[in-house]
Amino acid sequence: MYLVCPAGNLPALKAAVDGGADAVYLGFRDQTNARAFPGLNFTEADLLAGVDYAHRHRRKLYVALNTYPGPTRLAGWRAAVDRAAEVGADAIICADMGVLDYASRRYPDLARHLSVQGSATTHPALRYYRERFGIARAVLPRVLSVQQVERICEQDVVPVEVFAFGSLCIMVEGRCQLSSYVTGEGPNRHGACSPARFVRWDEGRDGTRSVRLNGCLIDRFAADEPGGYPTVCKGRYAVGGEVLHALEEPTSLNTLELLPRLQAAGVAAVKIEGRQRGQAYVATVTRVWRAALDRLQTAPSGWRPDDSWQRELARLAEGRQTTLGPYHRSWH
Amino acid sequence: MSMRLTLGPLQYFWPRERILSFYCEAAGWPLDVIYLGETVCSKRRQLRTADWLALAADLAEEGFEVVLSSLALLEAESELASLDRLVNNGRFRVEANDMSAVQRLRERGLPFVGGPTLNVYNHVALQLLCEDGLERLVLGVELGRAVVEEFRSTGMELPELELLAWGRLPLAFSARCFTARALDLAKDECGFRCIDYPDGLPLATREGEPFLTVNGVQVQSSEHCDLAPEIAELNEAAIDLLRIYPQAEGTAGIVARFRKAVDSKQAPLRVGSTSGYWHGLPARPAVNPTG
Repeated sequence: MYLVCPAGNLPALKAAVDGGADAVYLGFRDQTNARAFPGLNFTEADLLAGVDYAHRHRRKLYVALNTYPGPTRLAGWRAAVDRAAEVGADAIICADMGVLDYASRRYPDLARHLSVQGSATTHPALRYYRERFGIARAVLPRVLSVQQVERICEQDVVPVEVFAFGSLCIMVEGRCQLSSYVTGEGPNRHGACSPARFVRWDEGRDGTRSVRLNGCLIDRFAADEPGGYPTVCKGRYAVGGEVLHALEEPTSLNTLELLPRLQAAGVAAVKIEGRQRGQAYVATVTRVWRAALDRLQTAPSGWRPDDSWQRELARLAEGRQTTLGPYHRSWH
Repeated sequence: MSMRLTLGPLQYFWPRERILSFYCEAAGWPLDVIYLGETVCSKRRQLRTADWLALAADLAEEGFEVVLSSLALLEAESELASLDRLVNNGRFRVEANDMSAVQRLRERGLPFVGGPTLNVYNHVALQLLCEDGLERLVLGVELGRAVVEEFRSTGMELPELELLAWGRLPLAFSARCFTARALDLAKDECGFRCIDYPDGLPLATREGEPFLTVNGVQVQSSEHCDLAPEIAELNEAAIDLLRIYPQAEGTAGIVARFRKAVDSKQAPLRVGSTSGYWHGLPARPAVNPTG
């Protein structure tokens, strides 16, 4: 199984390569990718240096072009495909059919991966993208149970990549308008969920902190309570007279213990989320997963994750909690 | 040709008798198209596929165009089997709400309606789907006037365009059931409790402001989007069909109000909320940021 790691900047890319990633994925500094945050992503100079670094170490480099342009913006996304091809990317990760169509005609030899934003959760959906655009791999949305991942692998339509670790989107990716509803900007069109410029923290006299997204109260924290980033799905709300994390708690996905099963199913690649996280995060998560994958190769029988690996991952998780998420039925 | 009115698929879970009597009543409303079927959760089986097909035949008999709507999120093989039963119904067009449905319809060379969850953001995506058999596109919830104008300015031959004109906005889908979560039940033992919430389960912010509506695996807005006051703009944008989503009470009056607006071209007073999406703004109505 390939280990695919995030790079929000050049130091993170180097950390991923040094830590043993088989492939790194990155985005350009604009809205063509789903982590279009200020100060993140690759300038022209960093991009060239990053490609060089990855290729010198014989690793793959993928470019995420996984947002959805409207008719007038499509030209910009085509230019981004051109740029990815020119710099020698090994694959592009796309969701929009207009972008996939252009890439498959203009650069048939540049591998196309279907992004998780493409929301393909079944073998007929994967077959569509395979037949239409010749995708070489598909990243599955984080809604499937491990049994469902196994069924999809059995169909063998296209090699699949699944999320292994990182922030957990609980909605079907590409099908969530919660950020867009509140701010006018969301992952599909603008490449960002809950953009930082809409976030406002207020502290009350008693030390209570409120966090709002474009004026809408997402959560309120007591003085001694840690407060996470206000994505709509991880706020606390009143439902049926009770205040709770009605959609999801601040938690990260961690599928480490499923690794042997994912390998047995024939999953082609495991993906680490977190282009918005720093170099230290990438270095640690990559090292842990590399060690886990290597041991699975060399000593598969009785494989189980080290407690130290799980501790290191939990430390880097959102809210310091991890979950098997949708892979496990009890989460649903 | 003036705009046609459609009744979107029922998004909530109602008891069988209530569903049947709702559509029996709807047969008397001034609608042009009725979409039938379960789009949210495959566990909702008060009506089976055969029941929906029988209802479709009855409504077609009354002179309505009937479309069968497919699930928005498919995960299990059993759901694909249900999809195949819809696709192979032999008579009615299907609203494809997921690429699985598009593929099945395309494999059989059947024309279809593209539902609002297909992620069609530009004319190339639309053109490709037209090649696959798409004859009508229900615009995604985020898309507004500007994109419709951009579609037109590309010069492509557009399919029919349908726009969500009334109803709570369908904002997100998950594998998780939020109704079960709110009731502290496991999804696999949910007891079909959605049936107790014929208009979904309201979710408010911690300062008591209505925010969202929980509807099983779907999340909707709390307020009803209302585009009737924009009737002149909708005409100008040459929208072909306006969609009204069923709700527990008052759907008849909403249909009548839209019918009157369409026929008279007179904008009625606003009853629901402004849809920011149509105007290229955040869809959520402005909130008071104090408190």
